[in-house]
Amino acid sequence: MMGYENQESHLYASKEEMESLVLDDDSPNGTAHPFSDPLSSSSSLPFAEIPTDQSQTPNSSFNSILEPPSYAEAIFRSFDADHSSPQLNGAHDHSIASPSSPPSSDDFLTITVSDPQKEQELSNSLVPGGTAYVTYLITTRTNLPEFDGTEFSVRRRFRDVVTLSDRLAESYRGFFIPLRPDKSVVESQVMQKQEFLEQRRAALEKYLRRLAAHPVIRRSEELRMFLEANGKLPLVRTTDVASRMLDGAVQLPKQIFGETAGGMVDANEVAQPAKGGRDLLRIFRELKQSVSNDWGGVKPPVVEEDKELVEKKQKLHDFEQQLSNVSQQAEALVKAQQDIGETMGQMGLAFVKLTKFETERAVYDSQRTRAADMKNVATASVKASRLYRELNAQTVKHLDKLHEYLGVMLAVNNAFSDRSSALLTVQTLLSELSSLNSRIEKLEAAASKIFGGDRSRIRKIEELKETHRVTEDAKSSAVKEYERIKENNKNELERFEKERHDDFLGMLRGFIVNQAGYAEKMANVWKTVAEETSGYAKHGS
Amino acid sequence: MNTMQRSGSGSLQSPRSSSSQAPFLSVSVTDPAKMGNGVQAYISYKVITKTNLPEYQGNEKIVIRRYSDFVWLHDRLFEKYKGIFIPPLPEKSTVGHFEIIIIYLLAEKFRFSAEFIEMRRQALDVFVNRIASHHELRQSDDLRIFLQADEQTMDRARFQETGIFKKKPADLIQIFKDVQSKVSDVVLGKEKPVEESTPEYEKMKNYIFELEDHLAEAQKHAYRLVKRHRELGESLSEFGKAVKLLGTCDDDALGKAFSELGAKAEIISIKLQKEAHHLLMNFEEPLKDYVRAVQSIKATIAERATAFKKQCELAETIKFKEIDLNKYRLTRSEKLAEAEREYEMLKAEGEETSRRFDTIVRLMNEEIARFQEQKTSDMGLAFHEFAKGQARLSNGIADAWRSLLPKLEAHSS
Repeated sequence: MMGYENQESHLYASKEEMESLVLDDDSPNGTAHPFSDPLSSSSSLPFAEIPTDQSQTPNSSFNSILEPPSYAEAIFRSFDADHSSPQLNGAHDHSIASPSSPPSSDDFLTITVSDPQKEQELSNSLVPGGTAYVTYLITTRTNLPEFDGTEFSVRRRFRDVVTLSDRLAESYRGFFIPLRPDKSVVESQVMQKQEFLEQRRAALEKYLRRLAAHPVIRRSEELRMFLEANGKLPLVRTTDVASRMLDGAVQLPKQIFGETAGGMVDANEVAQPAKGGRDLLRIFRELKQSVSNDWGGVKPPVVEEDKELVEKKQKLHDFEQQLSNVSQQAEALVKAQQDIGETMGQMGLAFVKLTKFETERAVYDSQRTRAADMKNVATASVKASRLYRELNAQTVKHLDKLHEYLGVMLAVNNAFSDRSSALLTVQTLLSELSSLNSRIEKLEAAASKIFGGDRSRIRKIEELKETHRVTEDAKSSAVKEYERIKENNKNELERFEKERHDDFLGMLRGFIVNQAGYAEKMANVWKTVAEETSGYAKHGS
Repeated sequence: MNTMQRSGSGSLQSPRSSSSQAPFLSVSVTDPAKMGNGVQAYISYKVITKTNLPEYQGNEKIVIRRYSDFVWLHDRLFEKYKGIFIPPLPEKSTVGHFEIIIIYLLAEKFRFSAEFIEMRRQALDVFVNRIASHHELRQSDDLRIFLQADEQTMDRARFQETGIFKKKPADLIQIFKDVQSKVSDVVLGKEKPVEESTPEYEKMKNYIFELEDHLAEAQKHAYRLVKRHRELGESLSEFGKAVKLLGTCDDDALGKAFSELGAKAEIISIKLQKEAHHLLMNFEEPLKDYVRAVQSIKATIAERATAFKKQCELAETIKFKEIDLNKYRLTRSEKLAEAEREYEMLKAEGEETSRRFDTIVRLMNEEIARFQEQKTSDMGLAFHEFAKGQARLSNGIADAWRSLLPKLEAHSS
C-alpha cells in the first residue's frame, strides 16, 4: 500500500553517519570524547576521514563510538503500549511485544512469520526438476480452546495464503475481512530477492495478525487449519478458472436446455455467488436480472432498507475519500519532516568541520572563542537532526493507522458487494419463479380447453411445477443467505464504527503527544545554546 | 580594542577629545522605495546622517541613494585604502546565491519582493555603518560625498566612475606595458612567480581561501534550512486542511477532534513561516555577510600581491639602472646626466612603492585582528538569534499541540 516501510529503513540507514558522530555532554555513557576538548591533540582523530569535497550527503566515516540515547524508546514507549495496533514492522522493534488486542482480555493468538526458505516443487509436470517456491515459517502462540496446542509452527507458501483468503471470503460473506497481500508477480522479478522476501514476510505477518484480531475470524476453522495443520494445507484449493471453464462448457448445454436436472438449482450452490466456469448460465441470468433492475424493471418484493443503506454507503464513501486525502498529505508531511532533519544535520556537520578548521588554524583568541560558540551550535544542530529523525519514525507509526483504515475500507466495500450479489441472486430467482408461474398458467389455460387434457402438455406442466418447487427452495435458501449477510454487515458496521472511533482518537492522541514531546526536547537543546550565547545579545541594536 | 557595532548608530568615542561634546557620526539606511518602471526600475533608499563633525554640513542630512551609489562608494574606498578590508556589499557574492541570481534575472517580481528589499536594505545599512565605524575609512572624502552630496552631483560622480573611460590615460599605458612585459617574459621563458612567501603570510592566505570554502558550505545548508522550514510549514498546513475535511465526515466527538487538530496544524504552519523569515534575516544573512567579508579580504590579498610585484619589478629596474649609471660614469657618456635624473626619479618611485606596500602590510595585520574580533561577535549574535528562534519555535509548537490534549481527553471519555 504505502511505502512507509521503505521510508523507515531509509531513515535508519542514514542513521549511521549521524549516530556515529561523537557528541559530548548528555550522552548517557559519560565517556570523555576527544571532541569535547577541541584543543587537545587527539582532536584530529575522529575527523581524519572527513572527505574534503562535499556532495549531497556526506558519506563520511566518523568513528562510531556508541549509540546515542533513543529518546523515543525511553519516553514514548508508554504511548505505544496504549495503542491497540500491533507492531507493524516486527523486524525493527523487537523490544516491543506484538499484542493483537483480543476482545476478551485473557485470550490471545499471537502469530509470527519468519525464515523464508526456498523449496523445490516435486512436480508431475513435464518440466524436469520442478519449479522453486518460497515457504515461510508461521509460528503461533495461543490459549484458544479450538487449537490443539499452545505453541506450534507450520510452513506455508504464498499460494496457501491465497487459498485461505479465498476460503474465508466464501465462508464469511458480509464480514469485513482483512485483505491479503498482493500477488505482485512482476515486482518480485524486478526487486532484489532479499528485499522482496522481507517485504512479503512483513506483509504476511501483518495480514495474519489482522485476521487474528478479528473477533469472529480468529475462531474460524479455516484460520485454525492454516495455522496448525501439518503438511499440506487441507483447505481445498480454488480450482483455476480454466478447469472451471471446461467444467462449465460440459454443463452448459444441459443447463440451457433444461434437461436432466431440469435446470435444477442446487440449494447449496445458491449460497455462493456465481463464479466463472460452471456457473456460466447463472452469470448470464443474473446479469440479465441486474440489467432489468437497473432499467427500472421488476421491483423485487424483498424489502431493502434502501435509503438507510444508501446513506450509510455514501457516508463511508465520503470518509474513504477524505481519508485517502489525509493519507496523501500525511506522506508529504513525513517527507518534509525528514528533509528538515536531514538539512539540519548537514548544516551541523558543516559547522563541525568549520569548528575543527578554525581551531586548528587559530592565531587569535577571538578565533578560539568563535570555534567554541560554533561547536555548541554544531552539536545542537546534530542533536536536533536526530530528534527530527526519531520524531519522524514515530509519526510514521502513528499515521500508519490511516493507511490501515484505507485497507479496512476495501474490506467494507467487499462486504457490501457480498450483500449486493446475494440480493441479486434472490432477485434473479424471484423473477425465474414469476416466469415459471406464468408459463404454468399459460399451459394450464391451454390444456383446460381440450377436454381430457393434452398428455404432452400435462406432462410439461408437471415438470414445470417440479422445477418451481426446486426453485422455490433455492429462493428460500437465497433469502436466508441474504438475511444472514445483512446481519453480518450490520454487526460488522457496529464493530467498525466503535473501533474506528477508538483507533482514530488513539492515533490523534499519539500523534499530538509525539509532536509535543519532541518539540519540547528540541526547545531544550536550543535553550541551552541561546543561554550560552546570550552575551552577544547585549552588543549591537 | 575598539568595540565595533553592527547596525544602528555607528558612533565612536575619541579618547583624546577634550571638547564638551564627543564627536559622533551616525548613519542609517531606510525607506526603500520603488522608482521608475520596467527594466529601468530600481529601488531608492533614504540615507540619514546625524553628526557633529565639522567636515559635515549641519547636524542632520538626508539624501536619496540607489544601489549603484553604494557600489561607487565601495569601489572608491577599495582604490584608495589598499590594505584595509573594505566592508562587503550585498549581492556581490555568488556563493549560495545562484538561485537568487537566476530568479533576479528572470523575474522582476522577485527583484522587488518585500523580503529581498528588506534584506538588501539591512545589508546596506550594515555596510555604511561599518564604514562610519572604521577609524580610517570614516575620514574619507568619498564617504562625505556619499552622505552629503545632492543627487545630481552623486549621479555625475557615479557616471564618471562607471564610464568606460574610468581609467586615466597614464593607467592605460601602464596596463599596456604590464601586458607587454608579461608576454615577453613568457616568450623568453623568464616567467617566474613574484610572490611573497613569508610563512606567516602564506598561512594567512591559505587560511582565507579554505575559510571561504567552509563558510560557503555552511551558508548553503543554512539557506536550505530556511527553505525546509517553509516546506514543513506548507505541508503541515495542507495536512491540517485535509484533516479538517475528514472531521466533517463525522459529527461526533471524533469529527470535532479532527477539526481541532486540523486548525492547530494550520496555526503551527504560520509559526514555521515566521521562523523561516527570522532564520533568513538573522542567521543566513550574517553567514552570507561573513562569506562576502572573506571575499573582500581576498581582494585585498590581490592588491597586496600587485603592490608586491610592482615593488619587486621596480627594484629590478633600479638595479639595472644602477648598472647603466656606472657604465656611463666609466665611459663619461653624455647620457650620464639624464640617466642620473631618471635614476633619482626611479628611486623616489621605488621608495613610494615600498612605502605603499609597507602600509598595506601594516594595515592588513591590524585588519585581520579586527576582522577576527568582528566576526566572533557577529557570528556570536547570529548563533544566539538562531538558537533563540529555534527555541521559540519549538516551544510554540509544543504548547500548541499540548493545548489540544485536554479537549482530546474529553472526547475520549
